[in-house]
Amino acid sequence: MKTGLGVFIVAAVALGSSWCGFVLAPTLQLGGAKLATVLNSTDTYPTQRTGDATLGLQIYRANGCAACHTEQVRQDGVACEVLLTGLGKNQPEEFKKFVQSLLPLPEWQHHSKELTAAFKDWNGTLPQVVLGKTDKESADKMADLLKAAGCKSETRIYAFGTDIARGWGVRRSVAADFLYDNPVQLGSLRAGPDLANIGVRLADANVQLQHLYAPQSVAKNSTMPAFRYLFEIRKIGSTPSPDAVTLPKEFAPAAGCEVVPKTEAKQLVAYLLSLRANVPLYEAPFTPVISAKP
Amino acid sequence: MNLNETRISTDAEINASLRVSLLALFGGAAVWLVVGLALGVVASLTFHKPDMFANCSLLTYGRVAPAANDALLYGFCLPAALGVILWIFARLGQTPLALPIVPVVAANLWHLGVLTGLVGILVGETSGHIWLEFSRAASVLLFAAFLLIAMTAAATFGARRERELHPAHWFLFAALLWFPWIYSTANLLLATNAPVRGVVQPIIGWWFANNLVFVWLALVGVGTAFYLLPKIVERPLATTGYALFAFLTLIFFGAWCGIPAGAPVPAWLPTLSSLAGGLLIVPLIAIAIIVIKTIGGAKVSCSGGPFCFTKFGMVCFILSGLMYAAGACPKYSRVLEFTWFGPAQVQLQMLGFFAMIMFGAIYELLPRVMNAELPFPKLARLHFWVSIVGVSLFVIPLAIAGVEQGIKLQHANVALADVNASALMFFRISTIGQLILLLGSLLFALNIFVMTIRWKIALFKTALAAIKAPLPVSEVKA
Repeated sequence: MKTGLGVFIVAAVALGSSWCGFVLAPTLQLGGAKLATVLNSTDTYPTQRTGDATLGLQIYRANGCAACHTEQVRQDGVACEVLLTGLGKNQPEEFKKFVQSLLPLPEWQHHSKELTAAFKDWNGTLPQVVLGKTDKESADKMADLLKAAGCKSETRIYAFGTDIARGWGVRRSVAADFLYDNPVQLGSLRAGPDLANIGVRLADANVQLQHLYAPQSVAKNSTMPAFRYLFEIRKIGSTPSPDAVTLPKEFAPAAGCEVVPKTEAKQLVAYLLSLRANVPLYEAPFTPVISAKP
Repeated sequence: MNLNETRISTDAEINASLRVSLLALFGGAAVWLVVGLALGVVASLTFHKPDMFANCSLLTYGRVAPAANDALLYGFCLPAALGVILWIFARLGQTPLALPIVPVVAANLWHLGVLTGLVGILVGETSGHIWLEFSRAASVLLFAAFLLIAMTAAATFGARRERELHPAHWFLFAALLWFPWIYSTANLLLATNAPVRGVVQPIIGWWFANNLVFVWLALVGVGTAFYLLPKIVERPLATTGYALFAFLTLIFFGAWCGIPAGAPVPAWLPTLSSLAGGLLIVPLIAIAIIVIKTIGGAKVSCSGGPFCFTKFGMVCFILSGLMYAAGACPKYSRVLEFTWFGPAQVQLQMLGFFAMIMFGAIYELLPRVMNAELPFPKLARLHFWVSIVGVSLFVIPLAIAGVEQGIKLQHANVALADVNASALMFFRISTIGQLILLLGSLLFALNIFVMTIRWKIALFKTALAAIKAPLPVSEVKA
């Protein structure tokens, strides 16, 4: 490090190596990423956005929504649950005895508490959770046992973690979710909720518009700023606008006026409704629940 | 044959060659510092009264917050750094600034670029990538201006009379190489018409943000401190070997940080970053040892002068680096990610560490370069105490709010509104911190501007005197 050239070379090697690692390599690995295939299906993912939603992504960018909202769900892990869906020829009491007989076996010992609790007050209602949170191996073993006993069962894979418990998504976000985004706005701060799945969570366009116009009318104590500049307050003409936002009384405009979203607001909502990261993928598997869980 | 070329330049000549360039760089930097902190206050008001700017698209949080950060980083940190680099290169090389007009042009281009970029953000013309929000026109201006100044610095470096390199040279020289590389890569791959696809965008974005906000600021800040501290305490840096070790580990480990542990990208990327984040402890310890060994036991009466600024800046650097390393550790990152802890670290890095070192350097160099005392030396010392209070009140509550937010977010039964409500009290305190920092920045700007105005008045008077002076007899005859 006696000469300028020496310093130059050392610095260039240091930065160059990280450039190769974090710029070149990801571009080679992911730059040509193609559509993913939905697990157990021939459908591809993600679907192309509509024109309005694509423009809405630019509204999202221009207003810096990503300053407070992330679009990435985290998960702690994946687990299996085994559901009893049919008893076959067995009676509930017999099945309880069958479960009792499993308890002393060494492989079920660490599940014994769960199994005892699950079937303590069970009266035969189906479907019934046999194992709630277990690994693939135990789930398969249990499914085999149930099959041998003449019962029907179903094994479901699900992701768990606080984000998922909050209802922000059904699985973690993966690279495939962002294939069509430009710019990709993952966000780095959760001053507001995660939006990776907002199109599923809050699918009502009018509620979305109402939330943009007056956030506190939808979520009390929200710290989200209102985006009234995306709306127009105007006198109701001969016929009210079909687009007018319905608002609770304390947020409604003066009598004889209506709140009509500008194009930007409609596009932004179209974008928000297009955020639906709810299909299982190879790298983020889960079993979709067809009927809502009780 | 001009005899002047072989003569060692006097201090006065070196200082005179730097004067105009440094005033152009620091004057603009002082303006952007005030603007950035004021925008930061406006941004934080949203959390106290959410619908304050409901009808004003210019001042909505999502625009003001990045504008505030960019004004601080691109408006203040970078031009201040460039000015200090030019000064150190000229001083260490015992040579006047080469091409003294170039940095003046570049400084004006730079400040025009920042203005363009900030206005762009406020009207919604942003790229959508963190720290790259500036529009294309602004980025081009910044890039060109940086190259011009780097060229001047390199020419000054090449013309140096003292061949031996000082450790500060390594850090600052590397910084001059670093910025054009990362800035061009990020802009060409993210902010063009045909950017890279999918999650490669955020990966490159994280790489850029880490290399700019952590590594670049660290290179310049630590390099400047390694020049200033030995000079003030009048002993050599302890030791060159340690400094070399710190330099190498900082650039080799630092450049690999930045990818968050849970990011939705192939797992090898965050794994490498976590590893590099852990290893970052090594240069941090080395730098701490160098600073302690260099200034330990030195009797310097300081009371808020450049020495105090530099010391406080280095303490903040170690803290900020530790926070950064903690954020990279997967175990803590699960809690701290997506919370106010990250912004707290960034603000500590920019305002606690980097700005402090720059203030120290500028208060040290400006009287020499201008050949005049600071107009308000007492205000400069007050600025130090105001800064300490401001940074502490701004950053500490924000970091605590982040930790609390992170812990509460782990419990799915705590509603998000309650999580945010619990952070409000900390926000109130940190907004007070921001206001105090704003006050401090006004003190800084006042000193710089009064100095500039006095200098211009003196120039005008000299020129006037030259015009009014009676012609020498020799010329009358001719």
